[in-house]
Amino acid sequence: MRKVLLVRFGEVHLKGLNRPYFLKKLVANVRRAVEPLGGRVWLSDSRIYVADAPDFDACAQRVRKVFGVHSVSPAVEMEKDLESICLAAEDMMRGKQGTFKVFGRRSDKTFPLDSMQLAAEIGGRVLESNPALKVDVHHPQHKLNVEIRDHAYLCVEEIPAVGGMPMGTGGKAMLLLSGGIDSPVAGYQIMNRGVMVQAVHFYSFPYTSERAKEKVLKLAKELGEYGNGMLVHVVPFTELQMQLHEKCPDELGTVLMRRYMMRIAERVARANGCQALITGESLGQVASQTMEALVCTDAAVNMPVFRPLIGLDKLEIIDIATAIGTYDTSILPYEDCCTVFTPRHPSTRPRIEDLEKAEALIDGERLTEEAVNGVETFRTWEMDL
Amino acid sequence: MIAYLDNSATTQSSIEVVEAMEQALREEYFNPSSLYAPAMRAEKAMNACRNEIRQALHTPSGQVVFTSGGTEANNLAIIGSVSAMHGPQRILVSQTEHPSVLGACEALEAAGHTVIRFPVDRQGQPVWETVEGAMREGVSLLSCMQVNNETGAMPDLARLSAMLRSLCPGALFHVDGVQGFLRVPMQASLADLYTLSGHKIHGPKGVGALWIRSGVRLKPRALGGGQEGGLRSGTENTPGIIGLGAAIRAMPGNAADVLAARKALLLGEIRSRIPDVRINGPLPEDAAPHILNLTFPGVRGEVLLHALEEAGVYVSTGSACSSKKRKLSPVLLAMGVPANDCEGALRFSLSPHTSEEEILYAAEQAGKAYELLKRFRRK
Repeated sequence: MRKVLLVRFGEVHLKGLNRPYFLKKLVANVRRAVEPLGGRVWLSDSRIYVADAPDFDACAQRVRKVFGVHSVSPAVEMEKDLESICLAAEDMMRGKQGTFKVFGRRSDKTFPLDSMQLAAEIGGRVLESNPALKVDVHHPQHKLNVEIRDHAYLCVEEIPAVGGMPMGTGGKAMLLLSGGIDSPVAGYQIMNRGVMVQAVHFYSFPYTSERAKEKVLKLAKELGEYGNGMLVHVVPFTELQMQLHEKCPDELGTVLMRRYMMRIAERVARANGCQALITGESLGQVASQTMEALVCTDAAVNMPVFRPLIGLDKLEIIDIATAIGTYDTSILPYEDCCTVFTPRHPSTRPRIEDLEKAEALIDGERLTEEAVNGVETFRTWEMDL
Repeated sequence: MIAYLDNSATTQSSIEVVEAMEQALREEYFNPSSLYAPAMRAEKAMNACRNEIRQALHTPSGQVVFTSGGTEANNLAIIGSVSAMHGPQRILVSQTEHPSVLGACEALEAAGHTVIRFPVDRQGQPVWETVEGAMREGVSLLSCMQVNNETGAMPDLARLSAMLRSLCPGALFHVDGVQGFLRVPMQASLADLYTLSGHKIHGPKGVGALWIRSGVRLKPRALGGGQEGGLRSGTENTPGIIGLGAAIRAMPGNAADVLAARKALLLGEIRSRIPDVRINGPLPEDAAPHILNLTFPGVRGEVLLHALEEAGVYVSTGSACSSKKRKLSPVLLAMGVPANDCEGALRFSLSPHTSEEEILYAAEQAGKAYELLKRFRRK
């Protein structure tokens, strides 16, 4: 008898002929997650198992952050002997009270009892040994799973995991990461679909400080825990902002800035093999996120722009940020100080002709090129933040 | 080139201090409470430092208790003295005190005492009617800083002391001297409790002291082995205390004059480049000689700070700035500085070791950065 982690996967089940490809990625990602903790990982009978790790709790916490994993259960693995299974079941349910149900599942058809009989037999034994428990087959408080496969597996606890698709099965995309609450959540949502996400951050020293940059890197590191770390491309953006401020109409300032951010992000994305951009925009949240403004931002690039938060309310976004662990970092101060560049009356219905006219007033191509050339790339997994 | 003009935040340890501490760490590592001879050497070194402090305060008497720094000494002075009194007390402090004083006062308020916070005028001087009014109703502790950390304002301690002695005989007067010690002369005769810190005078961080007039009763905050006359238990930080002693000895006797000359140079150089710069707080000649708080109209203090940082000039701002929430300096606001000026405020703070080159360089860079940044105002 030994302890193992039973790892269930969700959506990958829906795949048809290319399912082995997705599974292979998933197993590799689970392996990478637990390797530093000494866990051994294998796939058997549409389950992933983790064994031989000294710290099972830490392992479970890591595995539940692997995209594609639906849930994780600490389980015991033992010989397929009914008497020892019953004893182990009694042991697992000792000290519990309330209602319970045994879920039997016999994959190995040579085992003498079928799924129903197995559940009934074990349920009876548990009831005899623990009078504080009652059976409730509809809404049990405790679910005891017993599976008969190459071995017998028993588990009670089921830790929900992040779900989604295995990282690396969905291509690569570039996230515009600001340091606020929304953009990390947007990145998370797309990572959840199996996409490898890199980040681009626009740095306006001296209008934003070294501490603000540290904060963004910290956010990226927190997001990177759901993958294998994150690349962050920091773009020097001050010169462009100053030029826009000096030469272009004030009320278009924010949308013009967004358009240049998108252009720069697109170039950085292409240079890094990314096929799409990700932003944390939510329809109508601020002046630059009206439908008219978004149409104008989109028009600046020839690349799909994913906006997973488009229909979410700020409070819903905050809930996700809290759940994924980026909220506390997002609300640190040191946010940008550049209200200097914020128009007092930003245009909420910009027209593309006006924007193009304004952009002709600056040497946009040169400034874009310079910004791209000035990119500094950080690897969050190499940083202590 | 680096110009470090943030000496009120902290200072670089001087060579004398580093050497004295290195020797203390290597050789004088004994616990002063131990019974053998080398341990007594450590105790003697600590006592020598206590004497240095008394000398600097022009007094032969009083107890010197070493602490972890200014905050702990302020906490001990305020909470320790009031806790040793019987029943609810009235405490008088200025609105512009350091957070370690205001925080201690809040704790006392929560414990049922009354705290009266008197305002100051634009020069940083107490509003005397309020002070007198409060004293006439009786107070048992007055706490006031020797030098304001943001503006360099120096409240008239002699007048405060005289007023307290005549209106509230028996009341205690605590002076927070963290920003003033050895840069502005201090007479212990004015006060009953005096706080100082090591790292503002080129000593190490993590060490400070509280001077206590003989006969003043305090209730200790750190309990245990009874070190420091029972007022501050815990094995003494001998290397830090030896470092503090070295820092005091290394401070030039004419520090105030040197500082005043450097500050005048800095202000003159900045003014010649930026004529519309404004001084926050008292006139430079009425303020402490090492602190200069300036507003650069039309430019956010924090933005200018980072632009200077890029050029290797380090200063500080009184007000943290963020696009979401603007936090203006309560000290500047209390001194009647308009909100707009608070946003553009930068504090330059000097040390006797600040060189003329540093000052000239800083002024030149401030001029350049201001010239560039003032073009970008919110439209």
